[in-house]
Amino acid sequence: MPTLREVKKRIRSVISTKRITNAMEMVAAAKLRRAQQRVEQSRPYSKKMDEILSQLAAGSTGEIVHPYFEEREVKKRTLVIFTSDRGLCGSFNSNVVRKAQEWIAAHRDGELELVTVGKKGNDYFKKRSWPVVNYYGDWGGSLDYDKARNIVRFLTDRFVAGDTDEISLLFTRFLSMVKYRISLEKYLPVARPEIKTDESEMFKGSKDYIFEPDAEKIYAALMPGYATTKMVTALVESFASEHGSRMIAMNAATKNAGEMVQSLTLDYNKARQAQITTELTEVVSGANALKG
Amino acid sequence: MFHLSIVTPEKSYYEGEIKSLVVPGTEGYLGILSHHAPLITALMPGKIEFRDEHDEVYIMAVSGGFLEVSGNLATILADTVEDADKIDIERARAAYEREKKRLISAGKGETDIDLPSVRAALARAANRIKIYEETH
Repeated sequence: MPTLREVKKRIRSVISTKRITNAMEMVAAAKLRRAQQRVEQSRPYSKKMDEILSQLAAGSTGEIVHPYFEEREVKKRTLVIFTSDRGLCGSFNSNVVRKAQEWIAAHRDGELELVTVGKKGNDYFKKRSWPVVNYYGDWGGSLDYDKARNIVRFLTDRFVAGDTDEISLLFTRFLSMVKYRISLEKYLPVARPEIKTDESEMFKGSKDYIFEPDAEKIYAALMPGYATTKMVTALVESFASEHGSRMIAMNAATKNAGEMVQSLTLDYNKARQAQITTELTEVVSGANALKG
Repeated sequence: MFHLSIVTPEKSYYEGEIKSLVVPGTEGYLGILSHHAPLITALMPGKIEFRDEHDEVYIMAVSGGFLEVSGNLATILADTVEDADKIDIERARAAYEREKKRLISAGKGETDIDLPSVRAALARAANRIKIYEETH
């Protein structure tokens, strides 16, 4: 049986932990709101981008010539892994890492390399000496455009130079507050845009686009933007998921701490009562002894 | 009248019915009126000007992007866009000086400079300054 003072100390420490987790939950909630907004605001742009790309494909005659579309025999694969910089976000990182392990196991026979975004994933794979060719960390849980562009430049240069033949992104998609999905998406080569055949009424008879200056040059201008948009999408989705996971984890921690305080208080009261009982017995038996 | 939407990676910037539109295409400025033929063009840093249904004129600085017109619907995918009266002129001037210095030091033989991106940044800053001065 722990002494009264020990129990009291324990209660105080749990209460202060509870305060911390509660504060972290609130911070995560605020960051999540911003991240969620970011996700929603970036959606119309990427949707339009897809539309233009597919209309460009439909309207331009002949082959699309742009290095990002080039499909080669896959000798070397690159996986970009999106984790968080900081922990205390439940199973967020371990889920991503587990998927990454599965991917590595599936492609082990060929050459492969990793690019890590976020400290947690980087630490994990560095420690196990997987070939991490580049690492991007210190995001502070929000999007940095220049950094995102650096990643895009690194990946596209690597792909165009033939250092890798296929690049995939592994990140967590934010579906709702309680629903996340780990998503593995091909980044490069870019899948050839689908040519839409069932155009809505509005577009009928008006499919002959004028391209200025010409389709090839527009592709050349459009593709880097397209690659950046995809990267930004992966980043903002991942950040939103991170904050969501942290919020849920911290909420659970706060609740657990509350329960713990309750049961410890119970222990404390029991111990206190036991002490009083012992004292009473002593007093009574002392008095009896005097009488006798 | 036709519909215009201007979207940037950060948000949807403008959405509404307009009467006319002028944008900086890569081959020069071009005007769009209702029922324009389907068109896709890349944009340069420059000025977007349009007139809405109440004949109010909007002037914005764009730093590059794309314009797509089809079925009486114009969409501008802009890298960044700002209203002319919301341009942060101090920042634009500072950026202009900074990029100019970098260009000069690149000319002196410093190799650690990404020339195309410096030129692009210089063009963007110059464009903001020009539009600010035109409208103030």
